[in-house]
Amino acid sequence: MRELYQTRFVYGEALLEAGQRYSNVVALDADLYTSTRTVLFREAFPERFVDMGIAEMDMMSTAAGMAACGLAPFVNSFAMFLTAHCYDQLRIQICYPRLHVVLAGSSAGLTQGPDGASHQSLEDIALMRALPNMTVLAPADAIETRAMTLAAASQINGPVYLRLGRYPVPNLHSADYAFELGKASWLQQGCDVALIACGHMVHASVQVAEMLREQGISASVVNMSTIKPLDVEAIETALACSRLLVTVEEHSIIGGLGSAVAEVLADRGAGVPLLRLGTRDVFGESATADELLEKHGLTPAGIRDSVLIALRD
Amino acid sequence: MRSIPELDRLACEMRLHIVKMLGANKAHHFGGSLSAADLMTGVYFHAMRYDPQNPAWPERDRFVMSKGHCVPVQYAALAMLGVFPLAELATLKQLGTRLQGHPAAHLLLGIEACTGSLGQGLSFSNGMALAGRMQQRDYRLYCLMGDGETHEGQVWEAARTTAHQRLHNVTAIIDRNGLKAMDPSYTPEGLGNLAGRWAALGWVVREIDGHNMTEIVDALDWAQAEDQAPCVILASTVKGRGVSFLEGQAQYHNAALSPEQITAAVAELEARVAQMAEEQVR
Repeated sequence: MRELYQTRFVYGEALLEAGQRYSNVVALDADLYTSTRTVLFREAFPERFVDMGIAEMDMMSTAAGMAACGLAPFVNSFAMFLTAHCYDQLRIQICYPRLHVVLAGSSAGLTQGPDGASHQSLEDIALMRALPNMTVLAPADAIETRAMTLAAASQINGPVYLRLGRYPVPNLHSADYAFELGKASWLQQGCDVALIACGHMVHASVQVAEMLREQGISASVVNMSTIKPLDVEAIETALACSRLLVTVEEHSIIGGLGSAVAEVLADRGAGVPLLRLGTRDVFGESATADELLEKHGLTPAGIRDSVLIALRD
Repeated sequence: MRSIPELDRLACEMRLHIVKMLGANKAHHFGGSLSAADLMTGVYFHAMRYDPQNPAWPERDRFVMSKGHCVPVQYAALAMLGVFPLAELATLKQLGTRLQGHPAAHLLLGIEACTGSLGQGLSFSNGMALAGRMQQRDYRLYCLMGDGETHEGQVWEAARTTAHQRLHNVTAIIDRNGLKAMDPSYTPEGLGNLAGRWAALGWVVREIDGHNMTEIVDALDWAQAEDQAPCVILASTVKGRGVSFLEGQAQYHNAALSPEQITAAVAELEARVAQMAEEQVR
């Protein structure tokens, strides 16, 4: 049994490492530091940590001011509050002047679980993608989470949205994986169907590919962990070797990864069908993570069934 | 150190630049730019540690125009200081200009924050103050807000943070011209006790006449000397101040003036500048 990790936990450790490596990294949190795991950074660097209280809008603008003075602030909260609650501050004060602020959106998606719709971010990728100058990242495993956190601290210019989850996943990448901004990683190469996924749906897609193989269907699995800027070349490669493209995300099918891929296909006039899997223009609700994945057809078996139906049609 | 009459003359010149820059037949935020001219003169020409030749100097004091629609008064101040040429003021809001309708910090050195959506400037100022603390710099922050702007909830989130984080080098200035875009900013039943609100959050408050340069300079000196709490200066002002037919008129919050009105406003201000220059010589 491989070890499982929640990307939000790995992020906490990676943020601490970023703080050790780069003296300009600072962190802000809005009264959630045990959940967001910035508690580790807080303990190591109390003078570089600011607990803003329950005031996310104030936190976002404060981070902008810090970035304008040359610091690299990491702003932390649940994904929903960071993206939706502070959209105006983020848009005008951070994205417009292209300030280097990293938003670490914790507990993203349905698998936030029992807290229900108010806390389940299913629109955050859509919101972040629409902002000029914004980079949007959704790591698939622990190795990629660490790599992206360190890259966001030091290499990526401008604002970054890092989408983190609490659904446990094994490592899919090898320890020497080198994250490259805007480059998808191909986990499997197939010739019938291409599964393009992000976040913990990448692990689900790997399991789907195994199930499909039993049925004689060969699937590619593409980890589209940079959602903006999108790896158009990877989509073109997938187009060339598949009769069906499938996007899988723990997010609304409106505006997220599925939409981003659809835009590329439409631009190219590609004649390959696209199946977008995710939530279908609905809010979440309270339940366990697995119950919600089941309900929305996002378990490996649910995804497999949708793919088989689409292949048959 | 500049004298009070000299500062008064500079404020009058600033108003002249504002009116000329805005020009005829285009809707602009005249009222709130004119009401803040004396305060801006006090901040930039008296209080701030600032090198116009080096507006990116890391040790500079920083001014944040939170009521971003009034950025013309800041453009005028920066151009008068020599941060950029006075001639560039005429490019305000034209395609390709650095002088956007609302402040764009990445386009023009001298502007610190992108604002325009109200209520966000004090938070940004706090962020720069926190950075200063972390980087061991002793600069000061000045944040100008409108009184109508304090309807925004984020102002009060930020005011709590300033006090809670003990950012005593932050000075907030409220341009209390009493009018917002449509109507009076406050009614006695609504937000009448503005001073009490700030005091309740741990700020020390001074209420002044925002067109009396002696009171402005005294208040800014007081804020610099105060090291036990953040200071807020509640400055009573008149919207459109300095141009007789604009004073106190809510309809000129964002309205176009006719060529005749511009000519009259320029003539009125030019006459006053000349008179002040003469008085100073005497």
